[in-house]
Amino acid sequence: MKKYIKVTATFDCDGNLLPEYIYWNDDKKYAIDRITDIRYAASLKAGGAGIRYTCRILGRERYLYLEENRWFVDAKED
Amino acid sequence: MNILNSVDKNKYKNDRIILHSDCNSFYASVECLHHPELRNKPVAVSGDAENRHGIILAKNEIAKKYNVKTGEAIWQAKQKCPELVTLPPRFELYKRFSKMARRIYSDYTDRIESFGLDEAWLDITHSPKNDGLKTALEIKSRIKEELGITVSIGVSFNKIFAKFGSDYKKPDAVTCITRDNYKDIVWNSPAGDLLYVGRATRKKLNCIGIYTIGDIANAPLEILRKHLGKWGDLIYGFANGFDSSPVAHMDENTEVKSIGNSTTTPRDMKTFEDVKAVMYVLCDSVCRRMREQGFLAKTVGISVRDNELNTFTRQCTLEDYTNLTKVITENAVSLFKRSCNIQRPLRSVGVSVTDFVHDNIPHQISLLNSEEKLKQNEQLDKTLDRLKKRFGNYVVRPAALLRDKQLSSFNPKDDHTIHPVGYL
Repeated sequence: MKKYIKVTATFDCDGNLLPEYIYWNDDKKYAIDRITDIRYAASLKAGGAGIRYTCRILGRERYLYLEENRWFVDAKED
Repeated sequence: MNILNSVDKNKYKNDRIILHSDCNSFYASVECLHHPELRNKPVAVSGDAENRHGIILAKNEIAKKYNVKTGEAIWQAKQKCPELVTLPPRFELYKRFSKMARRIYSDYTDRIESFGLDEAWLDITHSPKNDGLKTALEIKSRIKEELGITVSIGVSFNKIFAKFGSDYKKPDAVTCITRDNYKDIVWNSPAGDLLYVGRATRKKLNCIGIYTIGDIANAPLEILRKHLGKWGDLIYGFANGFDSSPVAHMDENTEVKSIGNSTTTPRDMKTFEDVKAVMYVLCDSVCRRMREQGFLAKTVGISVRDNELNTFTRQCTLEDYTNLTKVITENAVSLFKRSCNIQRPLRSVGVSVTDFVHDNIPHQISLLNSEEKLKQNEQLDKTLDRLKKRFGNYVVRPAALLRDKQLSSFNPKDDHTIHPVGYL
């Protein structure tokens, strides 16, 4: 399921946009420990396309997508 | 422009490598990507039925199996496929995906010529990676990975055969049309599969015993010329693989040859006053677009369609080149008055202008018309353009449009920003 989320990101000196924290349901804040890959990609599961950041969060790998000016993830349904 | 320059078989010393990429069922594919829950259902993108724009604009592969056709009414499509899911179009989203595809193409060449939102030619002859098939496969795979949709790509030595190749096998396929195989693949296909052979040309060709592209290629040129005029030379050249038109550079703007707007109104137009109101709105949009792009036109055309879908078009030549809203509107309205009796209620109407010169080129002014009056109207148009730009389309309008807001409350200039393109 596609879920738009709040993200804190910074521009580095070279103009690269790098996400640092994601917010889950506005209350939980998770730090992104490492970004291992950045590429253009579509998400068939969530339904969308944009720049895909492969992030390590709490030891797990998660995809975070930047779709124009919004961030989304593929969330598991409750 | 001399169209026959497009079939100069001696223009290039060596064969070019041209790709034509066509995004399969573009609007429907983008919608299915964004609606994972609909991917296994028949889906179509369609206009708004309440505003009488209810036709199918695109359909996915599953809907195609039910024989749902682009251009037919939603109710017709639903008769064939009752479970068809119809979605409203989101043109901004499709434009974004079109740009994303162009970004991928630009990694291979700077010679990219768009043909609508979903198609493009690429000339990779002088690119470092100039292996046509390999590049086509790579682009196909990247579009699938990065955009989540599929493309069909044709690879050939001219634009016409490359386009033929992208239509030949769909979806998600690459077809190479080479000097060795074009007679087998292209020539055995129906004449109507060739670009520029539409329904009317096909009928004429059938009447003289021409049914395949090979028949066109091997027909005596005089016969084709006799029945089709200069278009005979053109399709003869296309069928024989002589197309020599270049793929435009990605920074080049395609030359604009006409500007037009048309609309299907929310209710039928029954009186002259109804048509006049709609024409005011259309002419305002056409003239503003013309002024923005710096053109003056000398020919005004109208198209009218009644409620039984009979269409007719008329055009007239003006005395002088102009982009004044007042002059274009008066001519369009008077052309309608002269050429059309409203026998049946009218469903849609369109206005277009063509035969352009640039507005910065000196041109002959009329001996009889008052130059002062022209200046006043120019000033009026400039002022109205600025007001509409700053405060919106509806800030100032002719009082005549207030009579029937249902008919006149639409904004063709900003609502429809995807314009059809032609090949020549």
